Amino acid sequence: MGDEGVEPEESATAVAAAGAGSRDTIELDRVTKTFGDQIAVNDVGFGIAEGEFFSLLGPSGCGKTTTLRMIAGFEVPTSGSIRLAGADVSHVPPYKRNVNTVFQHYALFPHMTVRNNVAFGPRSKKVPKADARSRADEVIRVVRMEDFADRKPGQLSGGQQQRVALARALVNYPTALLLDEPLGALDLKLRQAMQLELKRIQREVGITFVYVTHDQEEALTMSDRIAVMSEGRVEQIGSPTEIYDAPATVFVAGFIGQANLWPCTVVGARNGTTSVEALGATLTAPSDEASPEGEATLMVRPERVRVSATDPRPAPGVNATVTDLVFQGPVIRLALAAADGSEIVAHVGSDHDLPFLRPGDEVTASWDTGAGRVLPGRPPAMDADDYFDEELAEDWESAPR
Amino acid sequence: MTTLGTRPPETTPPAPPPTGAAPSPSPLRRVGPWLLNGYAGAVVFILFLPILVIILFSFNDPVGKFNFVWKGFSLEAWQDPFKYEPLVDAMIVSLEVAAVSTVISAVLGTLIAVALVRYRFTGSGATNTFLVLPLTTPEVVMGASLLTLFLDLNWATGFWTIVIAHAMFQISFVALTVKARVRGFDWSLEDAAMDLGATPLRTFLRVTFPLILPGVVAAAMLSFALSMDDFIITLFNSGNEVTYPLFVNNAAKTALPPQINVMATLIMLASLVVIGLSQIYTRWRTRG
Repeated sequence: MGDEGVEPEESATAVAAAGAGSRDTIELDRVTKTFGDQIAVNDVGFGIAEGEFFSLLGPSGCGKTTTLRMIAGFEVPTSGSIRLAGADVSHVPPYKRNVNTVFQHYALFPHMTVRNNVAFGPRSKKVPKADARSRADEVIRVVRMEDFADRKPGQLSGGQQQRVALARALVNYPTALLLDEPLGALDLKLRQAMQLELKRIQREVGITFVYVTHDQEEALTMSDRIAVMSEGRVEQIGSPTEIYDAPATVFVAGFIGQANLWPCTVVGARNGTTSVEALGATLTAPSDEASPEGEATLMVRPERVRVSATDPRPAPGVNATVTDLVFQGPVIRLALAAADGSEIVAHVGSDHDLPFLRPGDEVTASWDTGAGRVLPGRPPAMDADDYFDEELAEDWESAPR
Repeated sequence: MTTLGTRPPETTPPAPPPTGAAPSPSPLRRVGPWLLNGYAGAVVFILFLPILVIILFSFNDPVGKFNFVWKGFSLEAWQDPFKYEPLVDAMIVSLEVAAVSTVISAVLGTLIAVALVRYRFTGSGATNTFLVLPLTTPEVVMGASLLTLFLDLNWATGFWTIVIAHAMFQISFVALTVKARVRGFDWSLEDAAMDLGATPLRTFLRVTFPLILPGVVAAAMLSFALSMDDFIITLFNSGNEVTYPLFVNNAAKTALPPQINVMATLIMLASLVVIGLSQIYTRWRTRG
């Protein structure tokens, strides 16, 4: 993970995104979609460049699938407009749009063979039968399913069906490929293999991919850019590193990766740093023009927190007591209680120089100034301890050393 | 399982030694299956007994006009099944009525089923309720009220009023049967077809319809059978037209030749052939 020099990049892409509007393959302009009195998508606007791997990331019900369905043409926006390659398609039916979708459960036609499934697209576009067949065979080769071309979907495994769905969506040479949680139904191993496979195919065909997922790891691994959505709104758009290192909101910080989110009060800003009161100490974090004032949230990623058992470092340090530790393989997860009772979570690598810590030990937690972010608003009420596993902690304590 | 220490490798405990001979099951356990099979067999036998009697008596050599008492084996009726012209005519009327009304009800019932499952519209709840009514209303009431309607409209009752009356309850039957099939339909298949460039019409013809076709065929076959054997509603609305059930009813008062049994057996054989063909077709479809 990059340590420094993230902020300038962020503002640069923000300008680029705003300025490059007319060259984008897909443009959403103030798009809102309501179902009855429920707002599914709320004033969303962004552009997706040609050949880009763009992800819509968010928890279920955040509006990401509705957004995708509007791009595909299955839903008509309540207000705002959608442009594909410059043309307004907001009211164009799906069968007249040059985008294709890979559905969550593949939606392969069960009564057709793999080849007929794939040839269905060109046949619907009135391509002669022989041409449609050879085009289908060509794409079936791209997804490496040529040995299964005469089978029916029911005779294929999940991963194979996935490939067929991909081939079927690619065969019309779409301007953009829309993928709705395409790997959601696969097991972890296969999912990781398919992630690489998808990237390979995207490089090979050079088509814009719009990828909907709730899996932040998947989005971080595959995307050029990610739009993080919550409750119908876009919280932040940026590259995976920007989103991870410089989240714009408390929601993004909490949703992508793990984060310490502490309530803090901004007491002053000077020379590009903000001073905040948090964890019963005065701490500093880098500031930019968007830095909030007053009540705010201080965010530090657990892997950026250093823990030392000996004398405190001069830089921002917080005295804390160990409350829990869990061995998690590559890292040890330490839970500390600060002087004001807040919890600090630290991920310590296996090459640490710490003596064995036990609950109750006094330590100092510190981090580089650059690792902190001051975000507007208060942290959510939910406690980071929700995923803490008591049993694992006991194993650690009772383990022979 | 995560610990810092090493754990001894997991070993499967040796299987427990066999504990002697298996305990003999209680007498009830041994007799139980026999009882159950015997009972089920008896039920099936009683259900099929009337059908067996019909087939058997088609080979009877009856004395007099009525085919009620077993007299002796004869192939006479089978050698000339179409001996009685009114009987054949009635059968033809029944087949015609069933064919026409089944086509009407299969088309309309399927469209109703798709609409009810796919869309919420004003009156869809009421439609659902009204669909059940023709199947739950006593047939006497249905037949009488239809006749009243036809009389009010000044329509002469006959072939077409029978067709309308049959289609009326068949539509309900088809719609309810197809609805069950359509409810499990994956609508994202329609999205996928349109996404790939298929117009709504092509989507219906190439994707939706082929997939719900087995349900439609099953519903049509059953409603064909319902039309063939409907008596009460037909009696009210038939005018001078005589269907097979009406003919048999009349014949029961004057004369019952074994040809009636032959005809019934033929119908049964035909439906068995249809069922067999549909089974073969299903196998063929699901095969690779």
